[in-house]
Amino acid sequence: MELFKNTAHQLKALLEQGTIKASDITASLKQRIQTVDARVKAYVRFDRTDFEPAASASSPAPLAGIPITIKDNICTEGIPTECCSRILEGFRPPYDATVIRKLKEAGARILPVKANMDEFAFGSSTENSYFGATHNPWDLQCVPGGSSGGSAACVAADEAIVALGSDTGGSIRQPAALCGVVGLKPTYGRVSRYGLIAFASSLDQIGPISKDVRDNALLLNTIAGHDPMDATSVDMPVPDYTGALAKDVKNLKIGIPKEFFVEGMDTQVKTSVLEAIKTLKDLGAQTREISLPHTDFSVPVYYILATAEASSNLARFDGVQYGFRATSAKLIDMYKKTRGEGFGEEAKRRILLGTFALSHGYYDAYYLRALKVRTLIKQDFDRAFADCDCIITPTAPTPAFKIGEKAENPLQMYLSDVYTISANLAGIPAISVPCGFAGGLPVGLQIMARPFAEETLFRVAYTYEQSTDWHTRKPAL
Amino acid sequence: MALSKETVDYVAHLSRIELTPAELEKLSKQLEAVLEHIDRLSSLDVSKIPPTSHILPLQNVLRPDVPAASLPVDKALRNAPDRQGNFFGVPKVIE
Repeated sequence: MELFKNTAHQLKALLEQGTIKASDITASLKQRIQTVDARVKAYVRFDRTDFEPAASASSPAPLAGIPITIKDNICTEGIPTECCSRILEGFRPPYDATVIRKLKEAGARILPVKANMDEFAFGSSTENSYFGATHNPWDLQCVPGGSSGGSAACVAADEAIVALGSDTGGSIRQPAALCGVVGLKPTYGRVSRYGLIAFASSLDQIGPISKDVRDNALLLNTIAGHDPMDATSVDMPVPDYTGALAKDVKNLKIGIPKEFFVEGMDTQVKTSVLEAIKTLKDLGAQTREISLPHTDFSVPVYYILATAEASSNLARFDGVQYGFRATSAKLIDMYKKTRGEGFGEEAKRRILLGTFALSHGYYDAYYLRALKVRTLIKQDFDRAFADCDCIITPTAPTPAFKIGEKAENPLQMYLSDVYTISANLAGIPAISVPCGFAGGLPVGLQIMARPFAEETLFRVAYTYEQSTDWHTRKPAL
Repeated sequence: MALSKETVDYVAHLSRIELTPAELEKLSKQLEAVLEHIDRLSSLDVSKIPPTSHILPLQNVLRPDVPAASLPVDKALRNAPDRQGNFFGVPKVIE
């Protein structure tokens, strides 16, 4: 039985009927990974890990028996968590992230192999991994996007049922789009960040990557909610998100930001997205052109704020408490050598840029100015949402690009996040759903909504998904 | 803005990262290109705009001051590259 092809909700039904056992699912997944991962390389450490996931609470727990794939930057007690960086080599967290604890309590089985990612989530292609690049299941010559490229690729390749990623500037949505799966960045504060190894603390969120919208809602049900261990998690009730899965967009007001539909967008991407908007219109939604005038400033604001926060967060990797240490007789030389040898090139670039933006003489001109422009970007969204229920754009300007194509040009790589970054800066939720193909490669539709309006996202995404069959397409592997 | 190799070298020192001469050369050029893009922020008048450091209407989140269990020493030290007794071992700090 090819159980690996199923969604979590399909498997849940089979488990409840007693047709299959939880161990049947993991056995099927293991076999699938053995068959295709040598080509996709979505997982890290598969060869040196005992695959069998620990059983946890059984039925009627909401995710009983469902295996979950976890990105390599979310702490799993006793299971290696290295952020795909040499500097965290061998790190086995002494505790579980809150999302992991919640998943275990819900009966999910945490896979002991983790998903590949750009080192410390620095990247948009999963090429910046200490373990090597992940390949796009739709075209193995192409990148899967990033930084949660392993999580998105393994879901697309049926090497996972569902996965968790993290999103700081698009790291869930962009790889979901490039791999043809569903990826959600929840509202900042909706999901606890406790145990997520920090990149940029004012932007990071954990979110689900899944084969369909229903699985995404099912997973958010479990991971959302207030956590005393994360002071920025918000104490608001968590609705049953699966209750929002209704085929109904009648009178829904969709905003289309004119600043997004400009030069640089692939023509087939544009056609697919406009076609998707038409589909929603035919189902009763209303559309209107809106303006987000500071869109052009989101990439520069992001690369100041995210790198500044990262340079501070990554100060803890100094060879003292965990991971790799280079030997040197003097303490300061030990720090410098450890960090020089332990961090990859993109991590160094970002730490240097962030340290520069925070350094004496440049702080006001860069860091403080970026915080102020962030206010303008947030105000753009506040104004837009006074007039519409959701905003629709492409998730990425182009389909998956070739491995190596942007590796030597960091600025070009940064610009591939141009449509996703502003949602992180404004803290709003956003989802990417498959909406077609460009040259055989998947295209993603991004839907953004007001803070804590994940139900709106799920309703629109579900309505669109159920009216099309993009989510049923599978790559030939 | 122009970014000199001296500045990048100084920032690398602040960041406690040892760079090879080749890395210094390459990263300086790349960072200069990125900063050039970032410089478009200076075209905006932000003199009257307040900064946003995070987007939640939350300030001073406090909890009751109740002692609770913390990570046991053995667990906390399990990942240490060099453990000496109940401490992290590091190269000599005081001569």
